[in-house]
Amino acid sequence: MASVDIRDVKKAFGSHAVIHGVSVGIDDGEFVVLVGPSGCGKSTLLRMIAGLENITAGEIRIGDRVVNQLPPKARDVAMVFQNYALYPHMTVAANMGFSMQLRGTPKAEIEKRVARAAEILGLAPLLERFPRQLSGGQRQRVAMGRAIVRDPQVFLFDEPLSNLDAKLRVAMRTEIKALHQRLKTTTVYVTHDQIEAMTMADKIVVMHDGIVEQIGEPLDLYDRPANLFVAGFIGSPAMNFMKGRLESGRFVADGGAAVPVANGAAAKSGRATLGFRPEHIAVADDGIETRVVVVEPTGSETQVVVESGGQEIVCVFRERIAAQPGETLRIRPNPQLVHLFDETSGQRLN
Amino acid sequence: MPEAVLREPAAPLKPPTLLSRLMVNRDWLGFWFMLPAAAFLVLFLAYPLALGIAYSFTDAKIGQDIGSANFIGIENYQWLIGEFDCKWEWAAFWSRLFGGDFGALGALCKIVGDDQFHLAVFNTLFYTIVASVLKFAIGLYLAVLLNNHLPFRAVIRAIVLVPFIVPTVLSAIAFWWIFDPQFSIVSWSAKQMGLATENINFLGEPWNARWSAIFANVWRGVPFIAITLLAGLQTVPPSLYEASTIDGASRWQMFRYITYPLLTPIIAVVMTFSVLFTFTDFQLIKVLTNGGPAGSTELMATLSFNRAILGGQRIGEGAAISTAMIPFLLACILISWFGLQRRKWQQGEAND
Ligand SMILES: Nc1ncnc2c1ncn2[C@@H]1O[C@H](COP(=O)(O)OP(=O)(O)OP(=O)(O)O)[C@@H](O)[C@H]1O
Ligand SMILES: [Mg+2]
Repeated sequence: MASVDIRDVKKAFGSHAVIHGVSVGIDDGEFVVLVGPSGCGKSTLLRMIAGLENITAGEIRIGDRVVNQLPPKARDVAMVFQNYALYPHMTVAANMGFSMQLRGTPKAEIEKRVARAAEILGLAPLLERFPRQLSGGQRQRVAMGRAIVRDPQVFLFDEPLSNLDAKLRVAMRTEIKALHQRLKTTTVYVTHDQIEAMTMADKIVVMHDGIVEQIGEPLDLYDRPANLFVAGFIGSPAMNFMKGRLESGRFVADGGAAVPVANGAAAKSGRATLGFRPEHIAVADDGIETRVVVVEPTGSETQVVVESGGQEIVCVFRERIAAQPGETLRIRPNPQLVHLFDETSGQRLN
Repeated sequence: MPEAVLREPAAPLKPPTLLSRLMVNRDWLGFWFMLPAAAFLVLFLAYPLALGIAYSFTDAKIGQDIGSANFIGIENYQWLIGEFDCKWEWAAFWSRLFGGDFGALGALCKIVGDDQFHLAVFNTLFYTIVASVLKFAIGLYLAVLLNNHLPFRAVIRAIVLVPFIVPTVLSAIAFWWIFDPQFSIVSWSAKQMGLATENINFLGEPWNARWSAIFANVWRGVPFIAITLLAGLQTVPPSLYEASTIDGASRWQMFRYITYPLLTPIIAVVMTFSVLFTFTDFQLIKVLTNGGPAGSTELMATLSFNRAILGGQRIGEGAAISTAMIPFLLACILISWFGLQRRKWQQGEAND
């Protein structure tokens, strides 16, 4: 096991720059999730850690070695690919033992370690099958088995769950997390699914267009997003934003609605963007006057889309709301839980 | 009154004729669709084949039709194959082996029969086996090479195809010049470089001629194999190579454990075709050596033609030689058929 240190790493494919200087420190045994929208460079960063792509500039260290010039096999990392990349002509056991076979590990030792990994992952009855004879979830587990038999310094996962159906994805999420708690191997996990990121990570790295927007623990990102991008990316349904100006402890939206704010925002004044999460809205008689557009009860909560001053606001209420589309609803964001961002730079103000 | 309209008896349908029912019946429809192709196959493949086999049991001369030829049973084959004369003489065996007379090689007994035919069988097998092995090795190597990121890859791939595009007869004539006893460019270069003192007699010596013919055949056959295997190589998912890189495989190990096993189905197909084409090769030998010197490059196909059309004009005998190729070809097809059966790992749904 080892720490991974990414320092000011850049990547360009020819003249096309994809990653513009990324620095992330990953502690020994940490589970770090790289999350961001499609095309932001997550896979590219992961593949640079693995050694499948050259590093254009900067430095990557695994443990205390700079690995920039090391070939993948010298880095002692294991990777789980999005499409699993299982060898179709090898049995499950052979797939898992392949790396050890290449290194000339004695047969008995290979068998022992494959059997142990199969035990952990519940693959024991499938060892003699070929990949084509397995279900998606089983293939996914074989791919993980191939990684864990080697007992590498670092696990790299590139969207390993995106080919699975919703239910299996939730199950595998728990399994991967449990596996990490058991093995304590440093893990870098790429996903574009922020729920996956929130539930699995010790630390989340939010990427966007080849840069890091914020690094932090999942709840930190949720509670105090550093900028508009992270605020909008983390959380589902997404945070509501309003443009307007701050004056004497109130935020007055351009549409006219006035929202009381607290938590360090009260002292500020001038133009800003206000953000508040759908789940931090309450129905209040002195709130903003809005018109109900859609009501979506899910049973455990009610999601209501309302409209005010030409802007849509998504609200999530724990209680059941008997509103009908077209009716008027007065709502108020929790003043303690609002977020303020600079209108031009998008940086957090409070 | 819609009900009344509905109840009014429909005009009586004519009961369909047998033919019209057969025209639309699902089971027969397939048959109708196959008919044109089947007609072609019967006309151009099955009929000549059957006629050839029929001729091989007669003593027909050229120009004689099958009806008027005498049926002589398997006499042609008896003549060709000959009989075993089992006076085993080591001295004779060794002298034949080293003298290049392979009429008796491989048999424990001396075979008394058609020596020309025996030599042609040996030549054909030697030619086929050696040329196929070389074509496979070179073709696979080229395919792997072309699958890399070379500069001008498209151009190089086009160039590789050239030998395949040139008509066989043309390339045979070119090789005829290259191997010419007096004007050979190879001899000339070898002399210039001091590797040889006199012209090399490429086509005048039995073994030189055999190797020269094999060389020309390999030159011509490699592109087909290389391009087909290249297509096969490109179906191997790149992520498998990435996975094996991370697993720690060297270039050679990747080829040995990933590429080669995944390529075996295509190798089986392409090598079957290659062996069949080489075994039945005619044009190249006909133009390049015409079977010479002294029958040392005579193949079964050229011998058959010579006996049936040219020298002997004995259609029956030529047909028997041709027919004698069938067991070899069938054996080859059977081997590849068993090799081609879906392996266990290919069964089931694809990986990605
Ligand atoms: N080999 C390449 N050559 C040129 N551009 C590339 C190459 N690989 C990736 N890119 C570009 O780099 C950018 C980042 O790609 P990357 O695969 O890292 O995205 P990602 O964050 O993993 O997205 P996704 O969530 O869709 O997988 C994209 O704009 C992509 O077009
Ligand atoms: Mg990706």
